Amino acid sequence: MPKYLTIKEPYPPGDFAIWIIVYVELLTFGLLFAGYAFSRRINLQMFNDSQLLLNQSIGFINTLILISSSFFIVKAVQKIKNETNENSYKSSIIASKWLLSAMLLGIIFLMLKLTEFSHLFEQGITLSTNTFFMFYLLLTMFHFMHVSLGVIILFNLHHKTKAQGYSQNDCRGLETGAIYWHLVDLLWIVLFPLVYIIR
Amino acid sequence: MKYSSQMVAKPYFIFALILLAGEIVFGLAMGVQYLYGDFLFPAIPFNVLRMVHTNLLIVLLLFGFMGATYFLIPEESERELWSPMLAKLTFWVFAAAGVATILGYLFVPYATLSASLANSFWPTMGREFLEQPTITKVGIVLVVLSYIFNTTMTVIKGRKTTISVILLTGLFGLAFFFLFAFYVPQNLAMDKFFWWFVVHLWVEGTWELILGALLAFVLIKTTGVDREHIDKWLYLIIAMTLISGLAGTGHHFFYIGTPGYWLWIGSIASAAEPIPFFLMILFAFNMAKNRRIVHDNKIALTWAKGTAVVGFLGAGVWGFFHTLAPVNYYTHGTQLTAAHGHLSFFGAYVMICFTLISYAMPILRGRPHGNGPKSQKVELTSFWMMVIGMIGLTLALTVAGIMQIEMQRLPDAANAMGFMETQAAISTVYMVRLAFGVMVFLGLLTYFYSFFVKEEKAVA
Repeated sequence: MPKYLTIKEPYPPGDFAIWIIVYVELLTFGLLFAGYAFSRRINLQMFNDSQLLLNQSIGFINTLILISSSFFIVKAVQKIKNETNENSYKSSIIASKWLLSAMLLGIIFLMLKLTEFSHLFEQGITLSTNTFFMFYLLLTMFHFMHVSLGVIILFNLHHKTKAQGYSQNDCRGLETGAIYWHLVDLLWIVLFPLVYIIR
Repeated sequence: MKYSSQMVAKPYFIFALILLAGEIVFGLAMGVQYLYGDFLFPAIPFNVLRMVHTNLLIVLLLFGFMGATYFLIPEESERELWSPMLAKLTFWVFAAAGVATILGYLFVPYATLSASLANSFWPTMGREFLEQPTITKVGIVLVVLSYIFNTTMTVIKGRKTTISVILLTGLFGLAFFFLFAFYVPQNLAMDKFFWWFVVHLWVEGTWELILGALLAFVLIKTTGVDREHIDKWLYLIIAMTLISGLAGTGHHFFYIGTPGYWLWIGSIASAAEPIPFFLMILFAFNMAKNRRIVHDNKIALTWAKGTAVVGFLGAGVWGFFHTLAPVNYYTHGTQLTAAHGHLSFFGAYVMICFTLISYAMPILRGRPHGNGPKSQKVELTSFWMMVIGMIGLTLALTVAGIMQIEMQRLPDAANAMGFMETQAAISTVYMVRLAFGVMVFLGLLTYFYSFFVKEEKAVA
């Protein structure tokens, strides 16, 4: 094959099914975000007062954590996609370490979120406290469940990558998991300013 | 037929069809009562007809699922059924209990039935769809447990496939959620709350897993598409079903005394409920398009595609019409709910039973390639009669619902018409509904006739 010709990359990357999941998740969270914005307009003062009870520092740290973990996953996928026959073992080991780091960050995110939840519950805040906390708890708990699933997925990806289960030409599973994690990250990037910051 | 034990499915299928005929007859009688209130009165009042109509539906679907499972599981597991004898015994016990219960409903006043069967000892009677006496409910549990045990043992000892695993998950879910039929809290809001654990989590949760597995089985058999390809679709559909269906229970918790957050959870989660049904359409038509074989039993594939489309319309589209809390505030319990209920039960569950019966019955009757062309033509006619009849009936009920909302729900208390007054005002629409109901029944009779069509013998 002439040098200027390359094999067309399959598009979109990852399994097609994950894109259906991505769109459904974006739609569902989008409805919740829209519901939040609509309800906030009706009772601005109550939303602003309630927002003060949130810990913005933890929210910010969690944002950095998720963005960093997404970066680590990109590094893992890149490592596998750029591997050659000679360095495939080394590439898999390095990629698996990136994935392990991303997973550990995911676990730290969950732990920080749990401390936030327990702090709010100690103050007697529940879904029924007011509309702000209903949305806050619904959105963040729903997101928490997604991160938990993501950590399990990352664990499996790490395990398979370490065992050289992915190669330059066969890494759809890895890309699929990576897309899911980016989705989880993207949702948080919208959720954090919307719920924690915007006043 | 690959395994002789698949034969146990036959009586289940036949009995399910007989019960369906009964269900439609009682439905038609109710349709007449909507027009002539004293029809069959006092012999069979409306509430008894309704109870028989809905209970027959549930029992016929259980018979259909059982027959489908007993046909499917040996093929999926590549071995004979663990105990064909247990399956036969279960059939007779369930059929006898079912018939006795229906006769009880028809010939004994419900209060007397309740008192004579010691309902006060463990009160579970009187709730919509779950009117069965406690003793019948215990019988259902035993029957379902023996059915699940038989199926599980077969799967454990044989090949495990995605279809059999998802089917079993659905069956375990079905058994688990039925346990809430035995829990009847004193508080009316709590009573309704847990009642939906059976009703919603059956039809919009666990039964959808059963539906997905059965549909996938028939599609594999009639299209020859790779199992790997079908499995992926199935997992996607099941994931969507569980995510939207479980949280979607919230759409039943609007304005019944439950906390206000259910308005949001129910609205948003159930707005996503049409998605798995839409995926089912893509699934069925994609498989049909990419088929690797042309099966002689064409009508089975027609039923499979029909299940996906009508299921989506009934459960997805008609469900969505009134699933958002602000809309449901006005539509709750009107004929719009009845429209959704009819088309979703028919499209998703009755039609999947037809799909399995149309695929399996010819094989059980010694025709591995399906019925002959003449018989399939008659069956196709019955397919369209029933589908058009049900869609017509649904549209009529939708119009009735909209009129009811307009007259009874939207105006303020001073100007709103009363329930009976509204019913009288929409009686013309009920006549149309009844006519389409008759069409469905004639379609079913045509379906029965397709079993007896004699094919012309080829001249040598």
